[in-house]
Amino acid sequence: MKRVYVNEQWCLGCHLCEYFCAFANSGQSDMARALKDAVIRPRIKVEEHDGISFAVNCRHCTEPLCVKSCIAGALSVKDGLIVIDQDKCVGCFSCIMSCPFGALMPSDTGVMQKCELCTSNSAGKPACVQGCPNRAIVFEER
Amino acid sequence: MTELQEDYPQEGEVRIPSGCAISGIFSRNGKRFGGQDAIRSIAVMHDRSNGLGGGYAGYGIYPEYKDYYAFHVFYYDNDAKTTCEKFFDEHFDVINLSKIPIRKHPRITDEPLIWRYFVTPLPTKLAASQLDEEEYIVRSVIKVNTAIKGAYVFSSGKNMGVFKAVGFPEDVGEFYRLDEYEGYAWTVHGRYPTNTPGWWGGAHPFALLDYTVVHNGEISSYDANRRFIEMFGYRCTLQTDTEVITYMIDYLHRKQCLTLDEVAHVIAAPFWSTIAMMPEERQKEYIYLRNTFASMLITGPFSIILGFNGGLMALNDRLKLRSLVAAEKGDMVYLASEESAIRIVEPDPDRIWYPRGGEPVIVTLSETGKKVVAAESK
Amino acid sequence: MAINYLYPDYEVIRNQQRCINCRVCERQCANEVHRYDEELKMMVSDESKCVNCHRCVALCPTRALKIVKTDNTFKENANWTGEAITDVYRQAGTGGVLLASMGTPKNYPVYWDRMLINASQVTNPSIDPLREPMETTTFLGQKSAKIRRNPDGSINTKTTPQLKLSVPVMFSAMSYGSISYNAHKSLALAAQKLGIFYNTGEGGLHEDFYQYGPNTIVQVASGRFGVHPGYLKAGAAIEIKMGQGAKPGIGGHLPGAKIVGDVSKTRMIPQGTDAISPAPHHDIYSIEDLRQLVFMLKEATNYEKPVIVKIAAVHNISAIASGVARSGADIIAIDGFRGGTGAAPARTRDNVGIPIELALASVDRRLREEGIRNNVSIVIGGSIRNSADIVKAIALGADAVYVATSALIALGCHLCRTCHLGKCNWGIATQRPDLVKRLNPEVGSERLVNLINAWNHEIKEMMGGMGINSIEALRGNRLMLRGIGLTEKELQILGILHAGE
Repeated sequence: MKRVYVNEQWCLGCHLCEYFCAFANSGQSDMARALKDAVIRPRIKVEEHDGISFAVNCRHCTEPLCVKSCIAGALSVKDGLIVIDQDKCVGCFSCIMSCPFGALMPSDTGVMQKCELCTSNSAGKPACVQGCPNRAIVFEER
Repeated sequence: MTELQEDYPQEGEVRIPSGCAISGIFSRNGKRFGGQDAIRSIAVMHDRSNGLGGGYAGYGIYPEYKDYYAFHVFYYDNDAKTTCEKFFDEHFDVINLSKIPIRKHPRITDEPLIWRYFVTPLPTKLAASQLDEEEYIVRSVIKVNTAIKGAYVFSSGKNMGVFKAVGFPEDVGEFYRLDEYEGYAWTVHGRYPTNTPGWWGGAHPFALLDYTVVHNGEISSYDANRRFIEMFGYRCTLQTDTEVITYMIDYLHRKQCLTLDEVAHVIAAPFWSTIAMMPEERQKEYIYLRNTFASMLITGPFSIILGFNGGLMALNDRLKLRSLVAAEKGDMVYLASEESAIRIVEPDPDRIWYPRGGEPVIVTLSETGKKVVAAESK
Repeated sequence: MAINYLYPDYEVIRNQQRCINCRVCERQCANEVHRYDEELKMMVSDESKCVNCHRCVALCPTRALKIVKTDNTFKENANWTGEAITDVYRQAGTGGVLLASMGTPKNYPVYWDRMLINASQVTNPSIDPLREPMETTTFLGQKSAKIRRNPDGSINTKTTPQLKLSVPVMFSAMSYGSISYNAHKSLALAAQKLGIFYNTGEGGLHEDFYQYGPNTIVQVASGRFGVHPGYLKAGAAIEIKMGQGAKPGIGGHLPGAKIVGDVSKTRMIPQGTDAISPAPHHDIYSIEDLRQLVFMLKEATNYEKPVIVKIAAVHNISAIASGVARSGADIIAIDGFRGGTGAAPARTRDNVGIPIELALASVDRRLREEGIRNNVSIVIGGSIRNSADIVKAIALGADAVYVATSALIALGCHLCRTCHLGKCNWGIATQRPDLVKRLNPEVGSERLVNLINAWNHEIKEMMGGMGINSIEALRGNRLMLRGIGLTEKELQILGILHAGE
């Protein structure tokens, strides 16, 4: 299965991946309108320290700890992709505590959200990959 | 030339593209025959010409003078003749001179003075020049053609001659009384130029020593070829494709001593992709030739018949963008732009084929033929 | 300072409706033009630092930014332009030589844009490049003057060493130091992929790039930076840099700030020292000295590599080229006055040298007149901007062209002409690791390959239109060009007729 991988050698810490992620999941068609004066909650987050930066998103683990920990059964595996059914989520934060990557976080509506490789939004292909100006983020099988 | 023609740019001052017809007949056994077959062959291709140029080359036509160079010269006025003959006297032993016999023809008009000289270089002059005989002849001819206004040497080989004029080629053949000559090889050309040429010298074949070229086509590489060959002393005064092709063949064959096959591999070199599929030794040779003489590659459609003492070579461009047909019957070989031009002379050839683009058809005198030609005198 | 003589040339215009405060402009501007103001909760810009490199414009996800020329104007003056005035202010302030980067932007005639190309019609067919072979393979090097035969009658195919190009384009010299490691890597990878060559420039060859040796031309310049036997043997050819089109008569200049780490190691000079190459090679004071160096290099590399001599286009270029052609060089590279540079005195860059179109036409004619055109191949550079320029160059007589500015533009350069400051926001003309990171060689080499492939297709289209199917039939074929809007003299020097003739 293809996943999003980041090469920290080329990550510039520009944060564009975060903004493209937020836009892709906003449900709107104009980026300026979607994100103007908004506080963004991207599903991919840039970690940086001392000149090294790196964007982190859900690894779609083969043995997902978040799915195991979900008390409401909102998280599940579909063909290798870890997806969340936001209608079932009760906001208990168990998944957040169990994910070693910090890939889950609260959304605007209070329930949890995570990267789903842009399979259920208008982007089609992962928006962070398309938005990265230096090909630091790639979408491939390894 | 008429006054009106004097106002138009002369051939040589402007480049005149044209389309045409060519034909060639050759006897491997050196058997001599009259020019009428060549006339009949080109007449059938009448529509390929527009009456603005035609010409013939005959080989083996002067057996009694076969050791002397036969100069055919056009003069546009008597002053040019006087100056030119003075030049000849200073540089050559003139064995014989005469007007070339013609027959008046209604469609051939405004002819210049047409003279013929059988010459050999003056031994003292030749020795002083430190050139070999052929180079001496070439340089003298180029000197006359560039420096003496109104004089033009249009044929300069041994035991061969070019006959050309402005007119339909079949009429030109009549005009020059070619039925009265006999040679073992004839080539003929009919021209379809797209502007009015002022000048008889521009018709084909173009000749240098015993090399004659008749050509159908228009080469896109002309200026690249010209600017390269002019480095070696040649001057492309006529600005025709045929002139530059003849000079390149002279340079490659006479000066660089390449075989005719090798010459064809320079001017119609195969594609790199074709070369890549050859065995290694052959590959190296083809790459070497193509790289060394890169600027002599000819692109653009052409089909040429090269005549030389002892044979003919026919060659097409690599994409075969002009027609060329070949045929054999016994010891006779026929080459032409169209099959009909062959069948009118030989209705039942043993073999008839269409040579591939870039592959030369080279025919030379057989052993018998060579002996026949060497022994001959009128 | 108290008096502001130098008003910023550019203003940053931000469309506040479209700005989403993503701060990518702030993060990506090495000149620190943009800043997020916490109190005002919006992005603000200080245009005094802007060099108009468009990094922020290109990365802004909502296209909220544009850079415009300031409309703060001096009184209109055709003679004392705003630029002429501010140059005086600068020099009055610093007392220094004005430095500039990239090719001269001055309004001199561009002859490429005044020549038109032929097409075949009716009497001679054009050739269909989709369905017929169209050959752009080119060999550079000295050609044999006389055919020699082996005892068995076959032709002796031994030649001097030749460079084989799949397309008649090479990447011109840009030194490691003036441009970054990643830029060099992009060029090397692209040259390898395309089957052409790139040039190390005078900064030596980084040890990581020896693996690309078969596609590398190593340069020996007047400063002899990085020159040692291993270096000479590593490349496919050696280029002696006698001059550069952007700055004829002077040597290369790399400010000490860019001589760090690997740059200093590769050049074999101490860190922080200014690398100022001398104007002449101090062992070449005449043409016979050049001949000596050419043969020294050939001896050192066992006569296995062609030697290129690169000269700048100056007034007596024909005579110089003729001398070089007789010096044993295999290839002459001529660099015109529009050529780029990492750093050069502005006055030299803008006023010294002649256009490459005229230089090429003169040199090609002179070498043919002397009968020695086949002794050398001619490569030209100095602003080849597109495939039409290449076709025209070959028709004038070039064997191949050198491109550098076009290559950098493919890598992202926006011609802001501030390379000499060392803060290239595109990761090209800088040594700062955080900036060099911005040029991913995987992306860079892909863009270079795309560019050259695109040009190759266009060249084939134009060749087919002219009825030519092999590039050698275009070389020197001046009848394929016509001038337009040129004087008699210009037409005569170029050796072409005017359109309509």
